[in-house]
Amino acid sequence: MAMSLMRPGGFSYSELANAGPVQHHFSPYTDNGGSIVAVAGKGFALIASDTRLSTGYSILTRDQPKLYDLNSNTVLGCSGCWCDVLSETRLIEARMKLYKHEHQKEMSPGAVAQMLATILYSRRFFPYYVSNVVAGLDANGQGVVYSYDPVGHCDQNLFHAGGSSGALLQPLLDNQIGLLNMEIKPTEPLTLERAKGIIKDVFISAAERDIYTGDGILLKIITKDGITQESMKLRHD
Amino acid sequence: MKGKNCVAIAADRRFGVQLQTIGTDMDKIFEIGPKLFVGIPGLATDTQTVHERLRFRTNVYELRENRPVTPQVLSAMVTNLLYEHRFGPYFVEPVIAGLDPKTNEPFVCGFDVIGCPCEPEDFIVSGTCEEQLLGMCESLYEPNLEPDQLFETISQALVNACDRDAISGWGAKVYIIESDKVTIRKVRTRMD
Amino acid sequence: MATGLAPEIPSGGFSFGNFQRNLSLEVQGLHPPKAIKTGTTICGLTFNNGVVLGADTRATAGNVVADKNCSKIHRLAPKIFCCGAGTAADTEMTTRNIESQLELLRLNMGREVPVVVANRLLKQMLFRYQGYVSAALVLGGVDKFGSHIYCIYPHGSTDKLPYATMGSGSLAAMAVFERGWKLDMDEAYAVQLVRDAIAAGITNDLGSGSNVDINIIRRDEPKTKIIRPYEEIGLRGKRHGKYTYQKGTTKVLETEVIPIVVEEEEVVQRMDED
Repeated sequence: MAMSLMRPGGFSYSELANAGPVQHHFSPYTDNGGSIVAVAGKGFALIASDTRLSTGYSILTRDQPKLYDLNSNTVLGCSGCWCDVLSETRLIEARMKLYKHEHQKEMSPGAVAQMLATILYSRRFFPYYVSNVVAGLDANGQGVVYSYDPVGHCDQNLFHAGGSSGALLQPLLDNQIGLLNMEIKPTEPLTLERAKGIIKDVFISAAERDIYTGDGILLKIITKDGITQESMKLRHD
Repeated sequence: MKGKNCVAIAADRRFGVQLQTIGTDMDKIFEIGPKLFVGIPGLATDTQTVHERLRFRTNVYELRENRPVTPQVLSAMVTNLLYEHRFGPYFVEPVIAGLDPKTNEPFVCGFDVIGCPCEPEDFIVSGTCEEQLLGMCESLYEPNLEPDQLFETISQALVNACDRDAISGWGAKVYIIESDKVTIRKVRTRMD
Repeated sequence: MATGLAPEIPSGGFSFGNFQRNLSLEVQGLHPPKAIKTGTTICGLTFNNGVVLGADTRATAGNVVADKNCSKIHRLAPKIFCCGAGTAADTEMTTRNIESQLELLRLNMGREVPVVVANRLLKQMLFRYQGYVSAALVLGGVDKFGSHIYCIYPHGSTDKLPYATMGSGSLAAMAVFERGWKLDMDEAYAVQLVRDAIAAGITNDLGSGSNVDINIIRRDEPKTKIIRPYEEIGLRGKRHGKYTYQKGTTKVLETEVIPIVVEEEEVVQRMDED
């Protein structure tokens, strides 16, 4: 620097002048928050989401569940970038209709799961910014849960927590449903009532600590008789 | 974590450089007084430096004042030490757990990297798997647990949370501090 | 006196000792933990007999709540208080520093320190650090000149206003103030307005939450106390199940018990001898 503009206070104007050109980026994604929890058991599958949609520090709506009934025994939960959720679910809906008319039968949860993985991977280099969870009943009436990463890696589990408070809730499910790290384990199998209780409790915990989860939850219960739903209020701050 | 006339503090024992594990016997919890412990997770070099500096300050305090360091005093010391380094912080987020030397009142307190104290009435978590721990503790915690029960709750919270964090785990040490004794248990965890 | 055995604790001020090291560590790819912020709603207004200050009680670290019930109304003098938003440690330590400076000033001058002095000390301190001490404050107090509310920004600029809001929920709170504010309000109305403003911040801003804290500083009372909590807005849900474990659930490898021997006082021993 030939001419230093240092003032005695130590503040340099030349630093500001030399800041150089600034490049601005377009960011196609936004995180709209929300959490999904799914649990599978003998003869049932449960999937729940919170109903808050937010961006940054503001709430867009307090009443937008993130669950989609795909058919009579499969429910999809999506959270993340809301515009991606909308276009992804519309695509799935269309693909499922095509399947139904072509094969003259409903898609099984396994087939839905495979199709979703293919759809997600087809956008490998401009992915849907969505955390997906599929819950359903398989041909034997067993509950199944499939979880995904944004580019289509699919995992089959008995339980999964995804979305903004996934990290908070997953270890609790590991412990309470997966019965990990316990020397003395409860012997009775997971009942529908207990699974429901755990899901509601984990959402209460998530609402306490995750700012993007709150307002309420919608819980869908998938059994051989079809899909029923329950809802519960959460804290709204 | 606070219990009924007792507090618990627990930490994993991994020492690693990013994803590579180097040691599985690192203590992150240090004794400050007979009923006062501080856990210092973070950058290992800073863990040790902050511990040494705290030890120095508490020793000087006890010599000058001729009375034991109370949890509140230690909390003020940590705040001042960390905030002194506001613009070049030690990468540690300490947690204090202890009983008051006179009243045996349980006390827990946590800090961020620049020494903002947080003094809750239930539990405090800190470190790399903070989120997982928050979720666990928020669901498992109940007020007024007996020492044995408190041990089960804090251990299950820590162990299950560490399993979902790639860079935590490899054994854990749980301290239960009561008015007449301190029980230190090494807990079995997954070693991967 | 500094000796080799017990060196003096160095005098105050910030230490930049780790700065270069941390910079190079970050270049090498270390992700340092983030400081706790208070994405906050704070506000204050004057009424016909003093000032009312209000604050929420949530502290956030990223997208998780670090503290559900932290105190954001800080005492500067018996009748001067200050709400803080921004980096939690900065608001806490800055107000503590100014609190002691004000008390020393009061002792030196032998009279009550006016609010404008607190404002000037705060703005000069914040300006000196060019915004790096990120504290956004609403200062309120009562002195012999009247009731005052000041808004102090992190870079050291200040506003003197009849009503002010700060923090991430400031827009929600200001909306309530703009609708309800009147000249010469009575206390009940003013407190309700502040409560509504903070409640609006708590419900509509994700960075704010939990409870409303309120502090009323009256002209005709020598002291005040922060009402904490004034009202709980976000209430915890009730758990359905019980999550306590049976004894022995966790596998223990090794147990060590350190008994704490309580040294008996001499008086007790003498009585035993008798």
